[in-house]
Amino acid sequence: MLSTQLDATFSALADPTRRAILARLALGEASVMELAAPFAMSQPAISKHLKVLEKAGLVSRGRDAQRRPVKALAEPLAEATKWMETYRETLEMNFSRLDDLLEELKAEDAAKTARKTPKGETQ
Amino acid sequence: MNTGKLTVTTPSDREIVVTRVLNAPKKMVFQCLTTPKLLQRWMLGPPGWTMPVCEFEAKAGGMFRYVWRNADGVDMGMSGTIVEFSPYDRIVHTETFDADTSGGRTEVTSDFIEANGQTTLAMTIVYGSKEARDGAMASGMTGGMEMGYERLDALLGELA
Repeated sequence: MLSTQLDATFSALADPTRRAILARLALGEASVMELAAPFAMSQPAISKHLKVLEKAGLVSRGRDAQRRPVKALAEPLAEATKWMETYRETLEMNFSRLDDLLEELKAEDAAKTARKTPKGETQ
Repeated sequence: MNTGKLTVTTPSDREIVVTRVLNAPKKMVFQCLTTPKLLQRWMLGPPGWTMPVCEFEAKAGGMFRYVWRNADGVDMGMSGTIVEFSPYDRIVHTETFDADTSGGRTEVTSDFIEANGQTTLAMTIVYGSKEARDGAMASGMTGGMEMGYERLDALLGELA
């Protein structure tokens, strides 16, 4: 199901280390050792994060038994971005209509105040 | 006038915080979020949707019910209870989508913070369970509150 895939994608992206790993992989494939280097983390800890990313279909591991290079896969991310964009757009459409409504209410209030307080009169 | 963009952050697994600055005093913003006639003018979702049902009992313990309808006549409903009603500072409510059959509830705290005539609306959404979250996701229009992971835009930009 689509929502299950999205769920896995976003759960995987909810962690800052995993996001950093993906950002690094955007530059090209890398070994676990290379990925672990910038983090204050052991290789097994990084491997754990990679397993989550792999399960979510966000990365794949090469077959080379020695190095097993990690590569980022773009498709689930594209799906997730599309959905998030729709969500943000919906929210922003609501809020921009609220902006308009508030301007209208403020103008009404100003008109009422002007009627109550004719020019030259002080409150 | 651009009063600032929407921000969406995820302080924890079950929590999402949406903030938006609005160019009006908090009393006015509060009224727009608690008066059915006003809600029906802006809380409409994507183009083509209307809000034929909008009931909001403005008091602690009050109920609310919203139904949205698209051009094909498809309805999407949501109901809940007002837990806390503190004009013009805070509303806490629970909400459940009709499409969510898991029985899960979501709690939303809306804070109205005024400064220099502008109001920051901060909505903290806490999902009661993974099932509730998935139910919200499945419901389409407002589904996917968890979509806005902080810095994801930046990351996706880097990956592009």
